[in-house]
Amino acid sequence: MIRNIPQTRSYSHGFRLYVILYFVFLFAPLAITCILAFNDSMFPSLPWKGFTPEWFTGNTVERTGIFHDQINLDSIWVSFKVAFFVSILSTFVGTMAAFLFEQESFPFKSVLFFLMLAPLVIPGVILGISILLFSNTLGLFFETHFGVDVGLFRPGFWLVVLGQFSFITTIVTLIVSARLKKFDPTLEEAAMNLGATRFETIVHITLKFLRPSILGALAVSFLMSFENFNTTLFLVGSQATLPINLYLQVRDGSTPVINAISVLMIGGTSLLALVNLYFSRKKN
Amino acid sequence: MQTDLSVVRVMKKFQDFTAVDCVSFDVEKGKFFSILGPSGCGKTTLLRMISGFFEPTSGTIEINGRNMAGIPPNKRPVNLIFQNLALFPMMNVGQNIAFGLERQGEKRHVIQTKTAQMLERVGLPGFEKKKVDQLSGGQRQRVAIARSLILEPAVLLLDEPLGALDLKLREQMKIELKILQTQVGTTFVYITHDQSEALVMSDHVAVMNKGRFEQVDTPRNLYSKPSTPFVARFVGENNQWDARVISLEEHQGRQVAAIMTPEGNQFEALVQGQLTPGDEIDLFLRPEAIVLEPDAAIEGLNRFFIIVRSILFDGANSRILALLPESDREIQISLPQTRQFDHIAPGDRVEAGWSPESGMMFVKEKNMYKDAGTVTP
Amino acid sequence: MKPGIRWGLVIFISPVLAWLTLLIVLPQVDMFIMAIRAENPLGEMGFSLGNFKLFFLEPIYWRTFARTAIFSVLVTFLTFLITMPVAFYITKVVSPKFQGFLAVLVLMPFWVSELVRVYGWMILLRESGVINHFLLKFGVLEQPMEMLYNDVAMVMGLVYTSMLFMLVPLLSALESLDNNLIEAAYDLGGNVWSIAMRIVIPHCLPGIVSGSIVVFMLTLGNYLTPNLMGGKNGLWFTEQIYNQFIASFNWNQGSAFGFLLLILSSGIIWLGLKLTHQRLGKVVQ
Repeated sequence: MIRNIPQTRSYSHGFRLYVILYFVFLFAPLAITCILAFNDSMFPSLPWKGFTPEWFTGNTVERTGIFHDQINLDSIWVSFKVAFFVSILSTFVGTMAAFLFEQESFPFKSVLFFLMLAPLVIPGVILGISILLFSNTLGLFFETHFGVDVGLFRPGFWLVVLGQFSFITTIVTLIVSARLKKFDPTLEEAAMNLGATRFETIVHITLKFLRPSILGALAVSFLMSFENFNTTLFLVGSQATLPINLYLQVRDGSTPVINAISVLMIGGTSLLALVNLYFSRKKN
Repeated sequence: MQTDLSVVRVMKKFQDFTAVDCVSFDVEKGKFFSILGPSGCGKTTLLRMISGFFEPTSGTIEINGRNMAGIPPNKRPVNLIFQNLALFPMMNVGQNIAFGLERQGEKRHVIQTKTAQMLERVGLPGFEKKKVDQLSGGQRQRVAIARSLILEPAVLLLDEPLGALDLKLREQMKIELKILQTQVGTTFVYITHDQSEALVMSDHVAVMNKGRFEQVDTPRNLYSKPSTPFVARFVGENNQWDARVISLEEHQGRQVAAIMTPEGNQFEALVQGQLTPGDEIDLFLRPEAIVLEPDAAIEGLNRFFIIVRSILFDGANSRILALLPESDREIQISLPQTRQFDHIAPGDRVEAGWSPESGMMFVKEKNMYKDAGTVTP
Repeated sequence: MKPGIRWGLVIFISPVLAWLTLLIVLPQVDMFIMAIRAENPLGEMGFSLGNFKLFFLEPIYWRTFARTAIFSVLVTFLTFLITMPVAFYITKVVSPKFQGFLAVLVLMPFWVSELVRVYGWMILLRESGVINHFLLKFGVLEQPMEMLYNDVAMVMGLVYTSMLFMLVPLLSALESLDNNLIEAAYDLGGNVWSIAMRIVIPHCLPGIVSGSIVVFMLTLGNYLTPNLMGGKNGLWFTEQIYNQFIASFNWNQGSAFGFLLLILSSGIIWLGLKLTHQRLGKVVQ
């Protein structure tokens, strides 16, 4: 049953076997993707034909490694830029929202709080299309009434940023709020009692306290943005993000270059996740 | 008398550490048996072995004459009251109490009547629908006990269930628990580090230290005739005084030792074990065994002088904290609140005395790690 | 605090209001307006419930809708069934030495993009995939078998994708379960089954509900996994929406579908919360 209750052997062995199988199930697709990135074959499949780094470094006509694959490199760069703006924007607004819901009181607060949670309940695809529709409506409005064509309202880079921002901010708000709840408000009162203004207090006391969660929120929002597919799908213009670009390639067939990109993504995200974990552990 | 629980040479090792070391005892049917010891002495491990959550490394545990080896906790005729009571917060009081009977596949109406009867028995009639978190500390206690007693266990094990209560309630629950045990007649095995709980409630108490039983006896004997220095120190308050045996003599069929303290006091004390002249001993004197300003007419009293250092007023439990003259040996003496000693003030030099029967002597342990059980009483 | 304008409140509330109005409320309202407008026979746009009518008249639409809903419930249930023992093992069974390590390890794969994970399954399962390779090699199969592009593969992929969102609340719920309760139940005669049903699951119910809500919502709105792993003749409702928008370019019809999906998603979540007497605000924390 639990660790300090003696168990029959078959029960504990059976349980352990189940958990081992679960971990195999969990890691099998990732492991096989990584392994096949180094297979000296034209297809990401077995049999194993020997080790090659060419799907990373190759620069020939039949084997263009990811480091020379301009289209994929471009999409990685686009995803980086999107993730950069989304993480900064949503962390900024999400932190504001955390302060708003934890420290302020105002009429209809619960309504606004419920609205803040709404992006969790709205499927990403719906968020994507509704923002697409609304921006299109706005675009039409500006064109017919003012005769201006605002690029922002057409599918493209900034609309992707806004679309991802719309729900990632909710996640940030929840992360920062969780920490702000543990904040001892007497510290703020003490600071103000010692002559600090509200603004100074927030900068010197509260934000210092929140720093680990803000850094964590930055990391999480960066990752979520970098990997987002559902919302992005409807908002993307000519500049495809990496997940969209990969999706198109996977749908139409596959080459080991996709595996190579996956290896980079697995490596990158695990690194970011581990760094994030390390810092959150250290703080607690 | 029928023996409900019999523990024979039970040992439990965790890697290199021996938590319970060759413990044997029997508990008769219907008795209240306590295991008293400091934290970490192995009493919880022993209890968990009896309830089946640990298997002993060696030795046997028999309940109602049946060997319990290999029988899991859910199949043993014993039930455990947990330190935090472990009432199920997801169920109401009635469901908590019915839990065990439901597991036995008892019929619904039988469960209902039994639950109602049980609640009545513990003084909580009609509490079935109450939520666990609506109960007071004492009520929770009773529900936990009812939940186990309804299964009519041969032995009920209690793991310091009063520990979490505040002092007032604890005093009250001690008495309640004892009355309840007498009413239901179930054998209780109770573990605690609180000597007062053990002394007040138990028929027999085992004092446990470092995985072993030091003494198993009635509360009165533990207090008046401790068989080891540990028991003398652990049960009740005691003054400890170094001394050396000068001579031994037979006196009306009893052996009396003349002893000398390093401060130069010469006393006589009744020998209860084996002593030889020249032995370095520990003399234990209870605070209430020392009489202040004894009448000069009393004969055979050991007399000495003390300097009053401070008076610790604590109602009926008031004490004098005293020093021996020109020494830093501290002695505590009971200060009866009879107004007779109201004149005593810090700094006073006062005569004190004790009768040879009330001193307890043990040969000093030469080796700290030496097995406490072999110290000659 | 001085009477008059509370600048702190104004500063905090303005970006939040802008975010929620411009990116959440108005787009949803706009989508609803789009959904109730359609071309009349004269080719003019006007109010119409035709988009919704078409949904009910055309079996392919409502069947896909029902299929998506039923499969999402199934996926949610399976995800719970598969992850619960793992969460229990990590919090209650494995020795504390490995507990932290396993808890990190079990969440690790979910940091990786969903696309990469689905891709991993594709190269494992497809006809020329790794599993087929081994089955052929060991003589279990004589002909390679297509294991991808069917409902089983799709459900497995969806479960795989969603497990994180069930594991996290389950781990924290089990973490807070007092071991003594399990021991007490065992001592009172309980067995694995009765302890699971009477103690463990009731205690974890808030965690189970919040996990289920998130898993259900994400599964319902998933596009990638059904699209890449599912069969060609069994569509997911998000694919229908995508088709309306991108392929047919019928935005009004697509909006109506989107609105229906939104209703389904919030409806089932509301039902789940009602049945278990929980509140959304509490569940997400």
